[in-house]
Amino acid sequence: MPKITYIEHNGKSHTIEVAPGMSVMDGAVKHAIPGIDGDCGGACACATCHVYVGAAWLDKVGKPSGMEESMLDFASDVTPASRLSCQIKVNADLDGLEISMPPSQH
Amino acid sequence: MSEALPQRIVIVGAGHAGGEAAARLRGMGFAGDLTLIGEERHPPYQRPPLSKKYLSGELSLERLLLRPPELYAQESITLLLGERVIWIDRPVKRVRLSGGREIAYDALILASGAKPRRLPLPGSDKSGVFVLRTIDDVEAMRPLFHPGSRLCVIGAGYIGLEAAASARQLGLEVMVLESAARPLGRVTSPEVANFFLDLHTHHGVRFELGVHASAILGGTHVEGVQLADGSILPCDAVLIGVGVKPETDLAQQCGLAVEDGILTDGQCRTFDPRIYAIGDCARRPIPLLGRTARLESVHNAIEGAKIAAAAILDRPAPVLEAPWFWSDQYDAKLTIAGVLDGYDQLVLRGDPKDGAFAAFYFKDSVMLAVDAVNRPAEYLGSKQLLQRNESLAPDAIRDISQPFKAIMAQARVVPAKA
Repeated sequence: MPKITYIEHNGKSHTIEVAPGMSVMDGAVKHAIPGIDGDCGGACACATCHVYVGAAWLDKVGKPSGMEESMLDFASDVTPASRLSCQIKVNADLDGLEISMPPSQH
Repeated sequence: MSEALPQRIVIVGAGHAGGEAAARLRGMGFAGDLTLIGEERHPPYQRPPLSKKYLSGELSLERLLLRPPELYAQESITLLLGERVIWIDRPVKRVRLSGGREIAYDALILASGAKPRRLPLPGSDKSGVFVLRTIDDVEAMRPLFHPGSRLCVIGAGYIGLEAAASARQLGLEVMVLESAARPLGRVTSPEVANFFLDLHTHHGVRFELGVHASAILGGTHVEGVQLADGSILPCDAVLIGVGVKPETDLAQQCGLAVEDGILTDGQCRTFDPRIYAIGDCARRPIPLLGRTARLESVHNAIEGAKIAAAAILDRPAPVLEAPWFWSDQYDAKLTIAGVLDGYDQLVLRGDPKDGAFAAFYFKDSVMLAVDAVNRPAEYLGSKQLLQRNESLAPDAIRDISQPFKAIMAQARVVPAKA
């Protein structure tokens, strides 16, 4: 299974296996990794799963959709590496993906 | 009041609110006994996808669960499923399960949710007549959800319309009966309701508006619905979606105050200081609305869990969000910020004909709420404004040549209510 590394804003790192088809948000929430809320469960209705994609992974992860981009525009501490993690589907190509978290989701 | 922090916390109800409360309490470092009791056989799960991607088969049971089942044991949360609490012995601080077992608490959270309303229709006990609230409800209807099967939905609220959309996607023939003159009458404006009426009609759903079902016909299995005018609509399955009733019986029997929801203060505390109530079953003051409300939503479930966990553990209260909701039907994502009741002005931004627009609701020129269809900026931006107690001039909103974020820059703080 693809391994994903989540780095909390305080620097604490968690590397877990996430099944293909799950989202990067699902992986965090289902392993109780703090810092990604995912309140709406992946319906793209809450923007509480904001993450920064590691620089080496930006191309592989791809660009946000128009709807996601509009939502990110209202998140805090947005950078060019920002994504909503519910919209990143895990697949074999993302094995090793590293993401980090903003200071807050609200 | 400086009392020792509780060592034993019991949560009655293992839905979204109860599950979230357990997770929050452990996340905040609570190390005492934590018991989560649910009537359903499933660990806490998300209900919104039931009428959407779970019904249509796009989402697995595993992904529906809030957290993997093994996480409860790992966090020493005692999960009692398929168990019903029948009594709260408040003087001795114990709950009693239907099997007779008693569990002591120092703090008790009631998160008992709501149950679908039933209709007193002759024949509603026939097989093929469903409500939609639980995983088991969806599993029961699945065998009848195949192409060509005829579904009659009674009630054109969000659940009924979402189920209608999912059923159409699965190839069923769908008709929707509604006693009011339009769908979504209790929850949105005629303008937004008409958009959804057109959307469903375009997708082949047949509507019978302003009609009353008088009986469900058939042998042991449903064969049709009879209307008050005597006409008969043949069908293979009936889904009754006429709202929910909060589960407050236990609280009421045990002497807690109930008024369409278990009454609490802003800390989700009932008048018994050891008992809290959160989620669909509870009514609390919502400062942003300037009144008490019983909200049926994921936002309210999560926020209640955060508030109660913080109050029980004597931590700072969370920052409150403006109420938010969503509904997915076909390619339309409706996102809602605020609560529109009592609005006296509606301003549309964008044209419903384009499939992307937002309806802004005002009262006395102050923004109350926004219904945004495929318009995430208007939704999230307005939610932030509502949280900051800011409003926009109605006229500025109509100008779609300006991005919404630019319009937001003109927002003004609303004077405090007298």
